[in-house]
Amino acid sequence: MNAWRRWKNRLMLALLAALAAVTVMPLLAITFYLISQGASALDLAFFIEAQKPVGELGGGMGHSIVGSLLLVGSGALVGIPLGLACGIYLAEYGDRERLAPWVRSALELLASTPSILIGVFVYVLVVVPMKGFSLGAGALSLALILLPLVARTSEELLKLIPSHLREAGLALGIPRWKVVLGVVLRSARPAILASLILAVARIAGETAPLVFTAFGNPNFSHSMGGPISALPLQIYTYAISPFDEWHRMAWAGALLLVGAVLVLNLVTRIAGGSHDRGSSD
Amino acid sequence: MIAAVVTDQEGTDGRTPVELETRRLEAYFGAHRALHGISLAARKNELLALIGPSGCGKSTFIRCLNRLHEETPGATTRGEVLLEGEPIYGKGVDPVQIRRRIGMVFQRPNPFPTLSIYENVASGLMLAGTRRRSLLDPVVEKSLRQAALWDEVKDQLDRPGTRLSGGQQQRLCIARALAVNPPVLLMDEPTSALDPVSTARIEELLVELKRSVTVVMVTHNMQQAARVSDQTAFFLMGEMVESGATDQLFTNPRDSRTEQYITGRFG
Ligand SMILES: Nc1ncnc2c1ncn2[C@@H]1O[C@H](COP(=O)(O)OP(=O)(O)OP(=O)(O)O)[C@@H](O)[C@H]1O
Ligand SMILES: [Mg+2]
Repeated sequence: MNAWRRWKNRLMLALLAALAAVTVMPLLAITFYLISQGASALDLAFFIEAQKPVGELGGGMGHSIVGSLLLVGSGALVGIPLGLACGIYLAEYGDRERLAPWVRSALELLASTPSILIGVFVYVLVVVPMKGFSLGAGALSLALILLPLVARTSEELLKLIPSHLREAGLALGIPRWKVVLGVVLRSARPAILASLILAVARIAGETAPLVFTAFGNPNFSHSMGGPISALPLQIYTYAISPFDEWHRMAWAGALLLVGAVLVLNLVTRIAGGSHDRGSSD
Repeated sequence: MIAAVVTDQEGTDGRTPVELETRRLEAYFGAHRALHGISLAARKNELLALIGPSGCGKSTFIRCLNRLHEETPGATTRGEVLLEGEPIYGKGVDPVQIRRRIGMVFQRPNPFPTLSIYENVASGLMLAGTRRRSLLDPVVEKSLRQAALWDEVKDQLDRPGTRLSGGQQQRLCIARALAVNPPVLLMDEPTSALDPVSTARIEELLVELKRSVTVVMVTHNMQQAARVSDQTAFFLMGEMVESGATDQLFTNPRDSRTEQYITGRFG
């Protein structure tokens, strides 16, 4: 009886381990392939130079790194506060506000819109009237992707904070908004920060909406009103070219992107882990 | 429906004026009625004890007194609650202003998990805008001393409040309520998790507080009610069976159900 149980236990464990291996395998394969193809192109020039005209040797993705940082940074600057505001509104005032179900539906609709459609939407709304592709339009499209993502996760995380803490604050005669900011948000802060990093990592790889908005640019640029390069866009440009050197650079760009997202994930993992240990009682 | 208890106004029997009063108060959770028309008064500088078996509505009742009941989704009230004669459920009354005047200690300790012991005690003042340590320090020390917790935590005020034991957390929450100095204090079984020594010190605190504060306290401990309260009300299944002077209610109850409960025959 006991031996059979132990045997069954081992069998199940082996099965689960095999399934886990199957899940991890593609990730490992992609990473190793990226390293083998792209690592050789990761030199100093790759990080500081822009695209060279066709026929010239060298060049890099410095302009795309700067572009991605600017696009993701300004997208986050708009999308995160708006998303947080929506999340707080829905979690803390959702059951007493008549507007809340509409806000929630709108966010769900936005979340389920394919990102390429968001690009087209911003193209019609911003690019056409402004007569040009721009960093601003690209950042706006990323913000629109970020907004429902942040709103939904922060709403969920705020709802996990037990209501007796809100009541403790309210019973002290503190206005609701101060209880929300000073007690509830503060309690959920580590988890929300982690979710924000993941959300930002998610938009860092967005390509489709940028095609219609930021467009891409072979040179360095930081103007809000002008087209700008981004890592995913430049990877595409290099990848579809007929030159081996550019292909290598595309692989290196992909490696950089995957690596950056991986690092962001690990950071939240480590920060989240230390937080869990810190707050357990 | 129970007839409204006639409450004396000041002077007729030498007692202090009514500070907090309910009139035919009903409380609902959705369609479920948890309180069936309670009329009860707490007088200034007196301690009103609420006793009754588990689930009879004591917590629900005191949560109606500072408008916390309505924080539960679907929960509503009917009837009146008067604070110094003014209806707290009146139109345009801001619950925040009411709660400034009516402090509360909850049945289950609920310190703020992200705040230190010090910040927990000072939280009412800090969230209201007071930041200066020179103003907060004396209040924190006084409140913790009153709550019989100072000696145990004075060297670790920066530790998280949730790292304390259950009974210490309960006293921390008492200190937090005292720190904002409200004229009325609602206490839901404030000593349920405490050892006899701490319980005795909280009871001393209650007697001392009565000089300046009106207290409504829920307790399952009959001796405690007899020791510290002036008035006692007995609740049963959402109704108030009987209320009156504590010594009278315990020695000579009017209702047979009260007598059965206090002699331990049911509940
Ligand atoms: N959040 C809630 N939703 C629905 N019903 C509730 C809720 N809280 C309490 N009740 C009901 O209201 C009634 C009174 O509960 P209450 O907590 O006031 O009892 P109590 O007298 O404080 O009991 P105890 O001595 O165990 O604390 C109970 O029947 C309970 O089931
Ligand atoms: Mg209770």
